[in-house]
Amino acid sequence: MRIPAQEQVLPVLREKLGGRLLDATVKSPVRIFLLVSAADIMEVSRVIFRDLEARLQTATATDAPDAFEILYHWAFDYIGCVVSVRVKLDKQKPEIDSIAPLCRGAEWIEREMWELMGIAFRGHPDLRHLLLMDDWPAGKFPLRRDFKGLNA
Amino acid sequence: MSYVINALTKSLNVFHLAGSPCNNCDIEILDALTPKYDLERFGIVLVGSVRHADVLLLSGAFNRKATIRAKTVYEQAPKPVVVIAIGNCAITGNIFRDSYNLDPPIGKHIPVDAYIPGCPPKPEAMISAVVKLIAKLKGTKA
Amino acid sequence: MPKKTIIPIGPCHPLQEEPEFFKLHVDGEKVIGIDIELGYNHRGMEKISEGKTFEQTVFLVERICGICSTSHPIACVQAVENCGDIPVPPRALYIRSIIGEMERLHSHLLWLGLAGHFLGFNTLWMWVWRYREDLLNMFEYITGNRNHYSMMKPGGVRRDIKNEDVPALVKTIAGLRKPLDLFRAVVMEDPLLQARTKGVGCLTKQDVIDFCAVGPVARSSGLDIDVRRDHPHAAYGMVDFKVITTKNGDVFDKVVVRILEMFESISIIEQCCKALPSTPGPVDSNPKEVVPGEGIGHYEAPRGEVIHYIRSDGTNRPARHKVRAPSYVNVATNAKAVLGQYIADATIILGAVDPCYCCTERMAAIDAGTGAKLLDAKELLRLSRQKTEDLKRQMGVEGPKLDMGAFA
Repeated sequence: MRIPAQEQVLPVLREKLGGRLLDATVKSPVRIFLLVSAADIMEVSRVIFRDLEARLQTATATDAPDAFEILYHWAFDYIGCVVSVRVKLDKQKPEIDSIAPLCRGAEWIEREMWELMGIAFRGHPDLRHLLLMDDWPAGKFPLRRDFKGLNA
Repeated sequence: MSYVINALTKSLNVFHLAGSPCNNCDIEILDALTPKYDLERFGIVLVGSVRHADVLLLSGAFNRKATIRAKTVYEQAPKPVVVIAIGNCAITGNIFRDSYNLDPPIGKHIPVDAYIPGCPPKPEAMISAVVKLIAKLKGTKA
Repeated sequence: MPKKTIIPIGPCHPLQEEPEFFKLHVDGEKVIGIDIELGYNHRGMEKISEGKTFEQTVFLVERICGICSTSHPIACVQAVENCGDIPVPPRALYIRSIIGEMERLHSHLLWLGLAGHFLGFNTLWMWVWRYREDLLNMFEYITGNRNHYSMMKPGGVRRDIKNEDVPALVKTIAGLRKPLDLFRAVVMEDPLLQARTKGVGCLTKQDVIDFCAVGPVARSSGLDIDVRRDHPHAAYGMVDFKVITTKNGDVFDKVVVRILEMFESISIIEQCCKALPSTPGPVDSNPKEVVPGEGIGHYEAPRGEVIHYIRSDGTNRPARHKVRAPSYVNVATNAKAVLGQYIADATIILGAVDPCYCCTERMAAIDAGTGAKLLDAKELLRLSRQKTEDLKRQMGVEGPKLDMGAFA
């Protein structure tokens, strides 16, 4: 089903996600940020991708002070809105279910987030280096704040 | 260049190797072959295999993976070969020089004989460089 | 068990300007699998960006790709503006669309020429690129450079387009209609070109949805999406234009979509140029800071949606800058598009995605190690052209003919 209008985006998402939706920030009618639990990512993504016919634009992994964050950016092209779903992962052991089995468009970006930020994606069909050399030293994640170069 | 290249006075076979390029230099190189600039009138021919190359044209910033490739390609080129670094990325690494994935410049890994600066260098700059290079190889004045 | 042969294409592929590595798994003459490997272009853009100011990072992202060299800056400055709620003067919005559409024209012309080159129609290549030169001259006239025009900045554009320069700009752009009409007729109606591209490398609508593909790749398979229309920005909400879609998803459709889009680009530029003289005012809102927050900017590059995400912590540098270029999602569709196709068609199928490898950064390092026969890039180009020659003989045709007199 398609959300009929921009004003309906948040109400429909609240209804469909129910208790899974922990928090929502409306920056503007076309920029909405949701917070969900990492454990719910598969179901949340299924609702947004399959039920509501959004398109995965990309996903952003960030080394924030209190957690590793992943933002999944979904475009609702038919009503001109972008909804970004945020999850927070434990700093000591950042891992989450892969949504690649649901959405092929997530395969490469999850590989990239794994190799550059060190987030483990459980159930990813092909988790191996995408951008970095195959013999890139393990445990060195370039996009992390504490990465100081290969020679450090 | 301490070798004498008499065989190169007819036409130059150029092999273009791009390593982590943004492509602007590469497109300007191809542009130099189109009718407006027509590099072929100077006897420059792009070849598909480095084993036929007299000149190795390097463009791009050459990240770690690309540098390994570049070294292999350089070894495969029959010597003597003239190596030209084209564009600021190939010369210094440009704005990418501090990247975790680069060990610039490529000139550190492969001996470079000539530099064509620019971002990208215009086709006129490339032609000017090629003319000077040919003259130098022939031992004449450009 | 069919005998598998592995044919690497790349990484030094003289056809395409960027190194890429596709490993084709072949059974006889057909492709039964593909490995796509990236890695040669990765320059660590996002990390470098964290060390640059918001203004400097625009110059950085411009050099992600030389062909879509204004697409990344437009998406980037829009992300910064979204993050900091920074206004943009209307005159700057028109200029952004003008530069963006001129880039679309130059990029599609470039691709059309290269496609001709892949298939063995070098005359087409030379003539298409000759007209591209007029466009590059006009870029240099109004921005100061043929490529890497550095026109965008957060809050507006870096340079104005003077009203007295607009007539020359319109004349050059409108002057592209006649050669474009000729290329359209030559390319779309030529039986040989159709034989090489129709039914080749098909992607269904469900395929492009699953891969989240964008741009002409998605539109040629019937997915009606275009960031310019769906998420209006710059001047796109103020002009009329058609979004071109076709339904077969083959290489021919991808050619058609790009050619017809060029006509729309000409129309958009003309409409913006018409509005420019009556839209006076500054071209820059001169923002002094980017307040803490997050912003997303996206733009329809020639290859599809490019998206930038910016997080600001109130300093003058991005706390996080994420870049996703269109080819990142589009090249992945090759995993489907080449399956069951002939090796001789592999190069044009892979090229039909209009890969901007530097945007996506790809390369492959695959160890073969199976004792299989290896065909190098030159061989694959030869195969592609050989197929064209064979078809010429079979069909008794010559291929696209360009009547040079028509250009007089």
